Amino acid sequence: MPYKKPSQKFGGKIREVTIGSGLKLGGESTLPFYSFDGDTGAKPAIGMEIWDIFPESWPQSLKNIFGEYAHDPVKWAKYCIEKSNPDFICIKLEGASPEGNNKSPEECAAVVKRLADEITLPLVIAGCDSDEKNASVFTKVAEAVPDKNYVFLSAVEANYKEVGAAAGMAYGNIVSAESSVDLNLAKQLNILITQLGVKPERMVMNPGCSAVGYGFEYVVTTMDRIRLAALDQNDVTLQMPIISPVSFETWKVKESAATENDMPEWGNQEARGIAMEVATAAGVLATGSNAVILRHPRSVEVIRNFIEELTA
Amino acid sequence: MALNGMEIYKMLPKKNCKECGFPTCLAFAMKLAQGGTQAEKCPYMSDDARAKLEEATAPLMKTVKFGTGDRIYSLGGETVLFRHEKTFVNKPRFAVMFDDGMNEDEVTKKINNINSVNYTRISEEMFVEIAAFRCSTGDKQKFISLIKKVVQSCSKVIPMIITEDTEIASAAAEEFSSLGPILYGANEQNYETMVSIAKKYNLLLGVKAPDQANLYDLVQKIQNSGYRELLLDAGGRNLKTAFDDVVNMRRTALLSQDRTFGYPSVAFVCDMTKDKMMEVAMATLFVEKYASIIVLNDMDYSMALPLFALRQNIYTDPQRPMRIEQGIYRIGQADEKSPLLVTVDFALTYFIVSGEVERSKVPAWILIPDAGGYSVLTAWASGKFNAKSIAKAIKDFEVEGKLKTRELIIPGKVAVLKSDIEDELSGWKVIVGTREAAALPAFLKDYLQERAS
Repeated sequence: MPYKKPSQKFGGKIREVTIGSGLKLGGESTLPFYSFDGDTGAKPAIGMEIWDIFPESWPQSLKNIFGEYAHDPVKWAKYCIEKSNPDFICIKLEGASPEGNNKSPEECAAVVKRLADEITLPLVIAGCDSDEKNASVFTKVAEAVPDKNYVFLSAVEANYKEVGAAAGMAYGNIVSAESSVDLNLAKQLNILITQLGVKPERMVMNPGCSAVGYGFEYVVTTMDRIRLAALDQNDVTLQMPIISPVSFETWKVKESAATENDMPEWGNQEARGIAMEVATAAGVLATGSNAVILRHPRSVEVIRNFIEELTA
Repeated sequence: MALNGMEIYKMLPKKNCKECGFPTCLAFAMKLAQGGTQAEKCPYMSDDARAKLEEATAPLMKTVKFGTGDRIYSLGGETVLFRHEKTFVNKPRFAVMFDDGMNEDEVTKKINNINSVNYTRISEEMFVEIAAFRCSTGDKQKFISLIKKVVQSCSKVIPMIITEDTEIASAAAEEFSSLGPILYGANEQNYETMVSIAKKYNLLLGVKAPDQANLYDLVQKIQNSGYRELLLDAGGRNLKTAFDDVVNMRRTALLSQDRTFGYPSVAFVCDMTKDKMMEVAMATLFVEKYASIIVLNDMDYSMALPLFALRQNIYTDPQRPMRIEQGIYRIGQADEKSPLLVTVDFALTYFIVSGEVERSKVPAWILIPDAGGYSVLTAWASGKFNAKSIAKAIKDFEVEGKLKTRELIIPGKVAVLKSDIEDELSGWKVIVGTREAAALPAFLKDYLQERAS
């Protein structure tokens, strides 16, 4: 009996969403990188994370790279683009945190507006750790950069009405729906946001992310199930592209944050940080992410090669 | 192909003798169809029927073994393509590649790295399980002395002998047979001899062909010769082809239910890139999907920390969450006056809480009672995380003798436990902590300041 290569054809398809002026996410009708089964859609995109304030809490190796530019988000973004040529920039408005600098929504909007004026890459705009503050910040920011198709990361259960109305409806941007590693929660939030009136082509989702070793099995399983529901069961409420803020998670865990003095046997701290970021990014891409956010230029290089080789 | 219950029933003696442990032949047949029992349990079946049934009800993917003593490892035996469908069972094993053409320094460096990566993470010992040896010089003595040197220097590794030269394969297999090595290198030309060497020493045999179709034919030939302890390699040496290989071999076994590819497979990541970080990315992909042996150029801590942690996560049974050992854990340079927190033994909770405590730079103790391995609210709701289990842990782990503090910080979500715990533990004061772990650094700093004033 000769070999008959198996194949899985699905009825469903991930929706293609355009961010910025032409960066396409999604569009696949196969499992991630299953080019032997059919159309794998747009190549997964890579973004680089910058902050609106100096990233005091980042490991020294990252400050050595970006420190010179990191006092000004525009300089920082331009440096990332020049050095690493990412597909998009993720500006995290850490300065808005009520526990920290507590910057006003107007100040945040001014930062994003400057970036929008100075760089042509699409922006992904991430908030601080307060859902309530993010609601007012995102409303102002979306108003300052209307009709840009920028992604707002994220709308959560506590603030989806404000974020959805401003970013997704009034000002022509894109809403990322964030839930915590559970298919049903992801589905429910997507439904709530679409019921609000946000069109599905103005949505992406982040169904939760963690660093490898930190409950990553829940991330993988949630994303596996979401992708199978979207493709195999043609569940339209789960057919949004997935964006994974990998760097938000990997640089704070012990493996990346412990200095060589803390853990002499572990060796070079910078290499550990890169490896955690690379493994987590490859791990979420392999289970269905359409875009990853990274910090280290080396991680960007490696993940780009990884994607290129799998989609060649 | 798999048989259904009625098809199996037709092949049974229909005596309803109950000797198989089931009330009727039909009940036995149904269970057998689900893989819940074995054909051999029926004492009255004809040999012909038994052979047919054993074939039909055997697992779609074979479990094979290699190694020796307390280092015998199982590979394969998977029943699902996604862990949520049931669970993955036999985790992939990592190998570091040696080559007999390598210089002394390179060999020494790899030996040192293998020996230094050796640690425990959530009750699992993490180390490199396999050293792979490629014979590229064709010099038998050189090859064998390299293997000897490495297995003597690295006490835990099991060798994987890589050669297509049957004479060298035979000599190396004989020399190291007591270690239960993997013998890799059966191909279209040499398979008859390689099978006889593998048979002689009862070794796991690596089979290689240039592509999936050729490998399929070769495996059939080897199966026909009666050997089924196999490890597959469809030849892919770039990421895209190698990924295609492992995915489609696994799908052939589990979806097409064709046991020709119902064996574990090996991914030679070491041949796909020389960039260490790229190896990490590729190995990550193969841990998730679907290699059973992943061969790398090297393994240092920066590679091991993410890869072993990922493997531990992915191979956790979804029905049995990972638990951390009960006890009292010291974070940073905590002393007898440092703050004491309590949380549950669900590994993920412990990791998040301990991570935030570390981030706070406040030295502290974390007490882990027996909370059933659940998250805080689930453990509380099921009565596993309460005043009694916490008081028991304080007593069992001799906290009063070890620490001077008599204040216990509990998770904010179980604030209701405060008075119960204070009743149970005389002389103790319960402090209600934060609802989310992320708020712990700020909380601990405030707590220390308040305590000082």
